[in-house]
Amino acid sequence: MYTAIVFLPLLGFLIAGFVGNRIGARATEIITTGLLMVSALLSWVVFSQIALGHGHAVTPVVANWITSGGLKVDWALRIDSLTAVMLVVVTTVSSLVHLYSIGYMHEDPSRPRFFGYLSLFTFAMLMLVTADNLVQMFFGWEGVGLASYLLIGFWYEKPSACAAAIKAFVVNRVGDFGFALGIFLVFVLTGSVAFDAIFAAAPGLAHKNIEVFGYTWDAWTITCLLLFMGAMGKSAQFLLHTWLPDAMEGPTPVSALIHAATMVTAGVFMVARLSPLFELSHTALTFVTVIGATTAIFAATVGLVQNDIKRVIAYSTCSQLGYMFVALGVGGYAIGVFHLFTHAFFKALLFLGAGSVIHAMHHEQDMRNMGGLRKEIPFTFWMMTIGTLALTGFPFTAGYYSKDAIIEAAYAAGAHSSAAVYAFLATTIAAGLTSFYSWRLVFMTFYGERGANAVHVEAHGHDDHAHAHDDHGHGHGDHTPHESPLVMLVPLGVLAIGALFAGLAFSQNFIGHHFEEFWKGTIGQGPDNHIMHEMHDVALGVGLAPSFMMIGGFLVALWFYILKPGTARRLAEANPVLYRFLLNKWYFDELYDAIFVRPAFWIGRVFWKQGDGKIIDGLGPDGISARVVDIAKGAVRLQTGYLYHYAFAMLIGVAAFITWYLIGGVR
Amino acid sequence: MAISLTHYLVVAAILFTIGVAGIILNRKNIIVILMSVELILLSVNINLVAFSSARGDLTGQVFALLILTVAAAEAAIGLAILVTYYRNRGSIAVEDINAMKG
Repeated sequence: MYTAIVFLPLLGFLIAGFVGNRIGARATEIITTGLLMVSALLSWVVFSQIALGHGHAVTPVVANWITSGGLKVDWALRIDSLTAVMLVVVTTVSSLVHLYSIGYMHEDPSRPRFFGYLSLFTFAMLMLVTADNLVQMFFGWEGVGLASYLLIGFWYEKPSACAAAIKAFVVNRVGDFGFALGIFLVFVLTGSVAFDAIFAAAPGLAHKNIEVFGYTWDAWTITCLLLFMGAMGKSAQFLLHTWLPDAMEGPTPVSALIHAATMVTAGVFMVARLSPLFELSHTALTFVTVIGATTAIFAATVGLVQNDIKRVIAYSTCSQLGYMFVALGVGGYAIGVFHLFTHAFFKALLFLGAGSVIHAMHHEQDMRNMGGLRKEIPFTFWMMTIGTLALTGFPFTAGYYSKDAIIEAAYAAGAHSSAAVYAFLATTIAAGLTSFYSWRLVFMTFYGERGANAVHVEAHGHDDHAHAHDDHGHGHGDHTPHESPLVMLVPLGVLAIGALFAGLAFSQNFIGHHFEEFWKGTIGQGPDNHIMHEMHDVALGVGLAPSFMMIGGFLVALWFYILKPGTARRLAEANPVLYRFLLNKWYFDELYDAIFVRPAFWIGRVFWKQGDGKIIDGLGPDGISARVVDIAKGAVRLQTGYLYHYAFAMLIGVAAFITWYLIGGVR
Repeated sequence: MAISLTHYLVVAAILFTIGVAGIILNRKNIIVILMSVELILLSVNINLVAFSSARGDLTGQVFALLILTVAAAEAAIGLAILVTYYRNRGSIAVEDINAMKG
């Protein structure tokens, strides 16, 4: 059964990839979606057995992968509570996205390729979450990176999509570099890459110091920081976040699956999986907290002013990932994973809803050109509203349980660390901002008049993405919004159920008082870590703070976009510097362009023109061949073809030989 | 003044030098080259005969006779080639014979 869960998507990918064009797009869609559905069904069975029930964690070994000296890597499927949660998230969202894509992509000529990529991604993600050792996890890690690259650049005829795909890949490489170094360090320290062996050896190595670049570091601190670097790249955390908004160039179902629900949460999963290591390093956890909190507030501020419907949700994803890392950083690993679980539902719902809107608007993504869609696509409207409610943490929806738990945990941890106080403030403020931009999205899209918010786009010269969108439009001149087909609405409905009830149904299991029975020790809690209990004992006011922030954000959005339309624009005009700062995403792209991209291009040009062109080619192949040609030209000039010249040369030669013989040879 | 071996050798050396100079300095005619070659052979013959007479050994004179024969044959072949060459190319000027180059 476990093998089937993991390998059915691979089978789907192989079928779609190798015979997809022969059996036709429709058959490919049915096969891949069907296999994913089976996989999802089995995942829920596993979830109920292993996580909810009392089944024991198992680790069936599929094959021996690498054995080299002390390094032994098995290809095993580690099925425990944490993996079961991820299995459910990945396969459920993936199967729904497969189903949704049948409707969303129905005009695309290369659907077999699309579905093949989707299945490949799912397989790699399952490989990642079932990993029993760091190397297998790295395999899945890179696999999802590859699939992400392929899917962002799916419409490869668009230059912006190709650029976004490359950007995502390169930024992820930065993180993966750290991750790989972390794996090496773990192997050096413990002599193994298998999780059980690492976790067993880890406490004995606490407070061990190692020398890196002449500095003495606590071994686990530097290891965890390097591993977290990988998580930062994959989960688009502050400083390595720049690829995620650009990744929205991909088809919307891809954004929902990869860049909202699953792949970007791989970093969260990795930190949770390695929580026994992170528990050993207070410094690393503090760093995780600070980065998470900064991401949460940073992405939320940027999300306030974005006009592309998908980019708003992308920044929202970025921000929510920051929340998850705050939860991990303060030691509440279960809370982080719980937020991952609920977030997958409502963020996938929001993205697929946005996809439905885009579909209805004939591939228009600029919210300023939308408005009043409430009456034309009522089902999508209600689904988006549910997603927004869940995201903002409306009582008893999914986000209410997980996000508020994170804020409470941050507050509880604030008793011991100032980083957690910062995290508490950042997440609370970000909750208000989240509420504002989420409702702003709903109001701009579904209320008011069509194009009422349309502004002179020339004023925002940076945003050339908004108008470069694909020309996969219908092209028959019919621009009346229309409700999406049923095959797209069903996934929305299913996800909406998850967004509404996932928190209510599972919060007791994930983060309730008996959370140990659910996790069964798969999440490492140090002996001093009581955050899971402390967070239930915080003051009532703290528990209500996020709800107040949510209501505040909602009211402000209501005021700005419904009651007094135009307030937002006046505010933006009153504070042009701040507005541009946010609109241009804190100028991170420009900063990185100046710091990394341009110097890299410059160095590349130097190496190309000077190093390769002039030195290597000039002195090497080109130089030698040029000298040979010169010598040959000289030799040609010697050869006149006249007999008497040759005879003269012979004579000189003979004379020289005789002279030499007479002077030197006689003796 | 008695004519000694040295005088013969000096004559032979002068003949040899004239022959070599004829080959190298000649800019006109390929026949002159052939004549120069004959001259060089003759200088060798003079050497052989001179040494043979001086040492009282007849072998050298026999060699000289053989060389004369060979020289005659060589001259015949050389002239024959020259005739053929003239038929083919229409010229036997030294400047025109420069096909022996890369």
